[in-house]
Amino acid sequence: MATMQSLDIRRRSASTEAPPQVRQSAIQVAKLIDVSKCIGCKACQAACLEWNDLKAPIGYTDGTYDNPTDLTPTSWTVMRFTEYERGDDLEWLIRKDGCMHCDDPGCLKACPAPGAIVQYTNGIVDFVSENCIGCGYCVKGCPFNVPRISKVDRKAYKCTLCVDRVSVGQAPACAKVCPTQAIYFGSKEDMIVHAEHRIADLKSRGFQKSGLYNPPGVGGTHVMYVLHHADQPSLYAGLPDDPRISPMVGFWKGVMKPLSLAAIAFAGVFGFLHYITKGPNEVSDTDERKADEMAKGKGA
Amino acid sequence: MAVTRRQFMKVSAAGLAASSVGALGFTGAGEALAAGVRPFKLERATETRNACPYCAVACGVLIYTMGDRSKNARSEIIHIEGDPDHPVNRGTLCPRGAAALDFVRSPNRLKYPMVRKPGSDKFERISWDVAMDRVAKLVKEDRDKNFIAKNRDGVTVNRWLTTGFFGTSSQSNEAGYLTYKLVRATGLLGLEDQARI
Repeated sequence: MATMQSLDIRRRSASTEAPPQVRQSAIQVAKLIDVSKCIGCKACQAACLEWNDLKAPIGYTDGTYDNPTDLTPTSWTVMRFTEYERGDDLEWLIRKDGCMHCDDPGCLKACPAPGAIVQYTNGIVDFVSENCIGCGYCVKGCPFNVPRISKVDRKAYKCTLCVDRVSVGQAPACAKVCPTQAIYFGSKEDMIVHAEHRIADLKSRGFQKSGLYNPPGVGGTHVMYVLHHADQPSLYAGLPDDPRISPMVGFWKGVMKPLSLAAIAFAGVFGFLHYITKGPNEVSDTDERKADEMAKGKGA
Repeated sequence: MAVTRRQFMKVSAAGLAASSVGALGFTGAGEALAAGVRPFKLERATETRNACPYCAVACGVLIYTMGDRSKNARSEIIHIEGDPDHPVNRGTLCPRGAAALDFVRSPNRLKYPMVRKPGSDKFERISWDVAMDRVAKLVKEDRDKNFIAKNRDGVTVNRWLTTGFFGTSSQSNEAGYLTYKLVRATGLLGLEDQARI
């Protein structure tokens, strides 16, 4: 039995050994963010800081409502405000950005530190900070550009989907606090059903292109959006239209890693065998004398 | 390739050393698979229901304190979140309410009665007893001086217009009722508090 009784691990970064696999019937959890209901109040940001005992430094205003202006090691979620002009209408698109908890996490695949990134059987992707070596590969591996490396301890941080709350049967802090029910939390199945109701409602209000953002390129996500313009997700502060893990991650981890390891092992074995069969390179007395004479000859 | 006895021994010794290092756990093979999730921090915290101190909506909050209220344990607020059983907000909060812990811990929060005496340029801390006596005395003085029992036409009005009362938004229905009764019983008309809403 693993120490985590309720949330066993499905995947673990940089590990060849497989985690226990029998307990796989855990309910898949998901957070549904209904962008059409969000009023941009940032209660989720405040609740996130409070629950996770984070203290973001006092920032600055850059002329927009985005505050802080980007995700940081201490701000794991941030509202991104976009003004979109559709014909004569001005639409204020407010997207709560943060970790999407991909079912096929690029960060986990790119991570070289054993056990620094884990995926639990309920779908939550979490960083285990004590195993993190701060290399930043997760940032490159993430299709959504979410993890941030702390300048204080050189470790990567991002939203945990409040795994400590979910593991005792509570909703994440941001989902609980949301005063407009723009953030919902539950089983992934229920969230998809809930999203369908919302999308039907939006369509009846003239948003014919509304839909659910649950990109298949990363195996679906455990944080999903209801978008009024699901045909163009990039409207929402650059949400990727078709997120995929960079092919470099597959190339590096799938092809280059075993080849490089084989090359290193070959070099080691070859060197060792060469050493015990041929021995070290020794300079004979004759060579030494010749070199001495040559040096003196040049000097004179 | 001819291998001498000495070479064979060297290779064997190196192999043994390498596998021993592995068995000692240097390769990470023995590392536990389980990653400890951060323990739920409210497990045995004391939960107290209250109302958010900010606006007049008066959302229900749950205040979590460390310490089980035993004799020698000093309670300290560690977390505040919405009360799911409260009909007003059903667990949700606005950004201010969600950050109410910072309000509790703010160095600027007023924690005791302060008075700025006439002619003084700074507030001084006073005890609750002194504050209560002073307020009661001044209120009584003012009411005795300015209470209007009858208006010009001789109609009984029983009003007191020279003092106002500022209540609080974060009070229960019952406390609102008591505030209203107390203030109106004195004839005071300038009342602002939750009971008005």
